[in-house]
Amino acid sequence: MSKIKFATVWLAGCSGCHMSFLDLDEWLIELAEYVEVVYSPVGSDLKEYPEGVDVCLVEGGVANEDNLELIHLIRKRTKTLVSFGDCAVTANVPAMRNMLGGSEPVLRRGYLELADETPQLPYAPGIVPELLDRVLPVHEVVPVDIYMPGCPPDAHRIKATIEPLLKGEKPKMEGRDMIKFG
Amino acid sequence: MAKTVIIDPVTRIEGHAKISIYLDDRGEVDDARFHVVEYRGFEKFCEGRPFTEMAGITARICGICPVSHLLASAKTGDKILAVKIPPAGEKLRRLMNLGQITQSHALSFFHLSSPDFLLGWDSDPAKRNVFGLIASDPELARAGIRLRQFGQTVIELLGARKIHAAWAVPGGVRTPLSEEGRTWIRDRLPESRQTLNLALNLFKDLLNRFQTEVEQFGQFRSLFMGLVGKNGEWEHYGGQIRFTDSDAKIVADSLNEDDYQDYLGEAVEPWSYLKFPYYKPLGYPDGIYRVGPLARVNICSHFGTPEADRELQEFRQRAGGVATSSFYYHYARLLEILAALERIEQLIDDPDLTSNRTRATGGINQLEGIGVSEAPRGTLFHHYQVDENGLIKKVNLIIATGQNNLAMNKTITQIAKHYIQGTEITEGMLNRVEAGIRAFDPCLSCSTHATGQMPLQVELIGADGKVLNQVWRN
Ligand code: SF4
Repeated sequence: MSKIKFATVWLAGCSGCHMSFLDLDEWLIELAEYVEVVYSPVGSDLKEYPEGVDVCLVEGGVANEDNLELIHLIRKRTKTLVSFGDCAVTANVPAMRNMLGGSEPVLRRGYLELADETPQLPYAPGIVPELLDRVLPVHEVVPVDIYMPGCPPDAHRIKATIEPLLKGEKPKMEGRDMIKFG
Repeated sequence: MAKTVIIDPVTRIEGHAKISIYLDDRGEVDDARFHVVEYRGFEKFCEGRPFTEMAGITARICGICPVSHLLASAKTGDKILAVKIPPAGEKLRRLMNLGQITQSHALSFFHLSSPDFLLGWDSDPAKRNVFGLIASDPELARAGIRLRQFGQTVIELLGARKIHAAWAVPGGVRTPLSEEGRTWIRDRLPESRQTLNLALNLFKDLLNRFQTEVEQFGQFRSLFMGLVGKNGEWEHYGGQIRFTDSDAKIVADSLNEDDYQDYLGEAVEPWSYLKFPYYKPLGYPDGIYRVGPLARVNICSHFGTPEADRELQEFRQRAGGVATSSFYYHYARLLEILAALERIEQLIDDPDLTSNRTRATGGINQLEGIGVSEAPRGTLFHHYQVDENGLIKKVNLIIATGQNNLAMNKTITQIAKHYIQGTEITEGMLNRVEAGIRAFDPCLSCSTHATGQMPLQVELIGADGKVLNQVWRN
């Protein structure tokens, strides 16, 4: 049996969903038999998101130019895109800044008001991506195939979502165990 | 012709980052910069929230060390309530922090960094990761996974979940440890100790071969900062701030967190979302200091537990006194896991852990509070101002990783200068530059209170500022 091409990415989140993925613990050893991890901030050194990915877990909302570019690329190159955790599903905590209207208030506080030396807004085109005005959930930017809420979803939920996907089946995202926020 | 190499994204670190390496006309490395490319703005959008929510919100700064924010936030809340928390509350908070140090350091060592040591800096980047480790040494991988699981489960047994447990609160903690929890922890300790010994012996063996890495991965003089206990012993929750220099001289001692603005400043550079804290009396950037495992091990007089103290002696012998190489962060991390396990062992039979008096209550008695705690990656400060109703008026957070920003930049510049020669830049060279960052185990989600992604890109930039070559390792 050929292995499933598997990827994980993080956009605007806290990496908690990825940590919960690592909480699969020894099941990761089993998982390694079924998947080839082709892109993952915690599980691969490959720098470019490849073509032909079967399953990708996307953590985090879309908050800056880099996130935006990456999520479009992911969508183009991925069969099943899973919105992984509350930040991906609703934009969650990172979206708290949306209420302030634009990215400027948060930038001003962080880099002008709370700086002692050389206060200035970070600006390095091509290197430091600009923040979007609003942090968006993934499905507002590209179509999503499966929603896995939770902050983070615990390891059981992650396993119950991934396991069917390994067999090419769609997981049943139903009931409190599978679709509770928080 | 001068050029820049960009590594994008930096992988096997926690958060989104890139590295630029600037080459001069002769093709020699002139400078290297570590760019953190995420920012979420917690300090602003927390305004108006009740201070009691801050633990829950700030835990979402980081999924790797949410406990650190939980504790720093709860300690800040203690000050706003102006209460003394019950002894059980403090012991339980300490226990959770020890669980966290164990899980976080195990993650850094086994999952993220050991593929470099064990599979090789120049090995196939498609396999140089935890899954590659599983394939090449499944038993070691399993042991490492189970050590992290031990730490995570200590957290879960206390807070009912592994990540983002809403458990520590202003005044104490919500619930004690159960008897079953106590038994589980006690039973799993021997295996955890065994795994740690395995890792420690393995790493010491590697150190004998890694002399160049020790010399080149960020070997320089700097200050070190962290908390120490009353007798100068290693501390992770209470105590006071100490600064030492590279000759082991105490530069400042018994500093109180309430005065942090007197000794810590923050600078901004346009090329990174990560700010640059510095030791104020020395100014910017001369006030470079390091925090985290290496700093804590350097500044303390002793650990206060027998095995860790024995290992500390050997550590200091190998390092020749103060460990000034950033490569020793890995070694220091293992010592800290050992100390954490020993402390859990000492604590686990304490009757207070199952006591129901875990929390003091009070109203808003102070309009300002500053809390400090040692996160796995270094000293963490939370600073809140509230109104009479306890709604947040202002927040400042000084995060562990940020304080290593100057040192991380210095480390990668040193590595790049040593390993990158000529225009033929190999993937393995770039991986070593990234490994310089990995040694610090930075948590960029935290340090920019940002949006977590941690790819790394290397760009080769010419003297004329033109991007000559982008290296994407694939
Ligand atoms: S959903 Fe929660 S755990 Fe996941 S990235 Fe967002 S804040 Fe972190």
